[in-house]
Amino acid sequence: MSAAGLAPAGLAQSPPPGTAIARAPRERTSSWPLADRIGYVLCWTVGIGLCLIALAIVLFMFFKGIAYLRPSLFVQSPAPSAVQSQSGGFLDPIEGTLIVAVLGIAIAAPVGIALGTWLAEYGRPRALARSVESAIEIIAGAPSVVLALFGLLIFDKGFLGFLSQSAAGGGVYGRSFFAAGAVMAVLALPLIVASTREALTRLPDHLREASHALGRTRVTTIRRVLLPAIRADLATGMTLGIGRIIGDTAIITILLGTFLDLEPVGHAPLYGTLRGTGSTLTSYIFANSPAGEGSAPQKAYAAAFLLLLVVLALNGIVTWLSGGSDVPRDGRLSRAFRLIPYMPDMSR
Amino acid sequence: MDRHPLTLAPADGPRRRTRRWATAGTDRRAERTLGALAVAVLVFIAAMLATVFSKAWPSFSHNGLSWFGPGGDVDTQLRAMQEVKALPGHSIYYFRAWPLIWGTLLTTVLAVLIALIVSMLAAIFLTEFAPPAIRRTLDPVIRLLAGVPSVIYGLIGILVIAPFINEHLISNARKASVGYVVQLDGANVTTATLILTVMILPIMVAISAGALEAVPRSWREGSLALGVNRWRTIWRVSLHAARPAIVAATILATARALGEAVMLAMVAGGRGFAPNLLDGVTALFEPVRPLAATIFQNSEGLTIAPLAHTIYAIAAVLLVSAAMLSLAGWAAKQRFQRYGVRA
Repeated sequence: MSAAGLAPAGLAQSPPPGTAIARAPRERTSSWPLADRIGYVLCWTVGIGLCLIALAIVLFMFFKGIAYLRPSLFVQSPAPSAVQSQSGGFLDPIEGTLIVAVLGIAIAAPVGIALGTWLAEYGRPRALARSVESAIEIIAGAPSVVLALFGLLIFDKGFLGFLSQSAAGGGVYGRSFFAAGAVMAVLALPLIVASTREALTRLPDHLREASHALGRTRVTTIRRVLLPAIRADLATGMTLGIGRIIGDTAIITILLGTFLDLEPVGHAPLYGTLRGTGSTLTSYIFANSPAGEGSAPQKAYAAAFLLLLVVLALNGIVTWLSGGSDVPRDGRLSRAFRLIPYMPDMSR
Repeated sequence: MDRHPLTLAPADGPRRRTRRWATAGTDRRAERTLGALAVAVLVFIAAMLATVFSKAWPSFSHNGLSWFGPGGDVDTQLRAMQEVKALPGHSIYYFRAWPLIWGTLLTTVLAVLIALIVSMLAAIFLTEFAPPAIRRTLDPVIRLLAGVPSVIYGLIGILVIAPFINEHLISNARKASVGYVVQLDGANVTTATLILTVMILPIMVAISAGALEAVPRSWREGSLALGVNRWRTIWRVSLHAARPAIVAATILATARALGEAVMLAMVAGGRGFAPNLLDGVTALFEPVRPLAATIFQNSEGLTIAPLAHTIYAIAAVLLVSAAMLSLAGWAAKQRFQRYGVRA
């Protein structure tokens, strides 16, 4: 056992923080008992296996996507047809995805950042802060089908009828892009709150003290010093939030219905579309998969490839945002990694 | 952070605007506004519980506690509600959710058990054994696995994994053995569990790896200095210290697995059937339809009153169990932080 070479360097003089001391001289596993060596090998297997699973998903979707993606799909609206060659493209779902993502993040970002700031910088009374924290956890864990059903209950109230489709008799369906966007905002909220709060609590106190010493009030300090300092984290939270919004199917199916093309209400250009219903890439994939009604797997593969590309791009943005100086060389986990518990795309 | 944050907002910036913000009154008002927003979140949760439960009440009150019990074919009951034709001898609200609950339990528990083992190994690998290059790859890979939309997992499941399992893992003899009760095909408990495992793995790895990384280095060095090898040190010291976080990871992952709807609606079989564990391995190839998937697949029927009440009742059950689990997981994480270790 190479225990002799293991520690002295680290114990003698304390190294600068962030350097990996215990790791420098590798201990050979050949001296370990068999059970320990099996565990070691299993660790490697699982680690490599996870990479392989991700690689398999990406490569599979890539080849299917290349095979079935046609430029025409981007400019045609979906058409109801049993024949795959006549069922149109996914122009409307792409627009729908954009609308929902923009609406959702436009609501979630200010609210989430404000909440995260309140939790980190004020948080008084303590009891209120604790209950808000647990409330955020509950929202993060609430199934998105349930959130969607709750949204339906709110938006089919008569006084919110101006936000969605209404029947001739004055009944309100509660289905519209407004409704979907609002519920999507709830979905993205925990991510943004968590990233804001984590980043603010990590900022050293001398920043606040310096700012106060310059005569700034707390609000000004937050607005001018603290929030600008965590811009990258705010962007990370929002990017992850967008990723979660565009990946959700349940909310779309329940709050936008199953028709695939945009169906505006009235004639006002933007307002009409937002009041109307439509679809997103996720509901398009579901509708065209064997589980849905369309059963056009080629279209589903093409749309899924496009969606996966967007998810990959968002992932890349997050890596880039938390990259640079943030990921120390000794290979600690990235900050975005810690947000994973809030981002599982479980129906979520 | 290498740039000094103070430099981002120069003190001699637009001074007039700063002064407008700088009165004590605005400061207090800002705190109150933010506090009001925080209260609004609590109101939101309360409103969600209240409205979902009030909408669900007719279903619970007509069925009592036997709502959760077995009795009859749950699909027949749902269809009866959809056609607004009560089953003979029963009220229109007659509903026995046991097959759906059983399907949820089966897929969730199996997936969480597998994911628990795999995620432990992955977290150890990530924090202890992986060379820096692999660690830098695994970090985004796991984030990607967490970010892939569930409908894509479902699509791969139904077009690739389900046909494979149907052709290669289920023998014709097995199909014939239960043919008089249920048709076996690729969409079943096994397929659902496998994909669900991959979907909840990232959460569990993220929480456990964060905790393992946060275990004070001196604790591990103490063990290493005593001549204990690295594997035993991880097993006895790091994992031991990270136990609360591992519990939290398991609980939170369970909450997420309960709520998964779309993927399970696509690959779990879509039939309200309760696999009989006495069938042995065959039970793992029988179709189920978990609670969340049932809501998703019946969402078209929300305009029909009895069906809507029943669906909201399912939602209420899911909401309460997910909320309980989330709170428990959160509490477990708090305990870990009280150690002085931030995960």
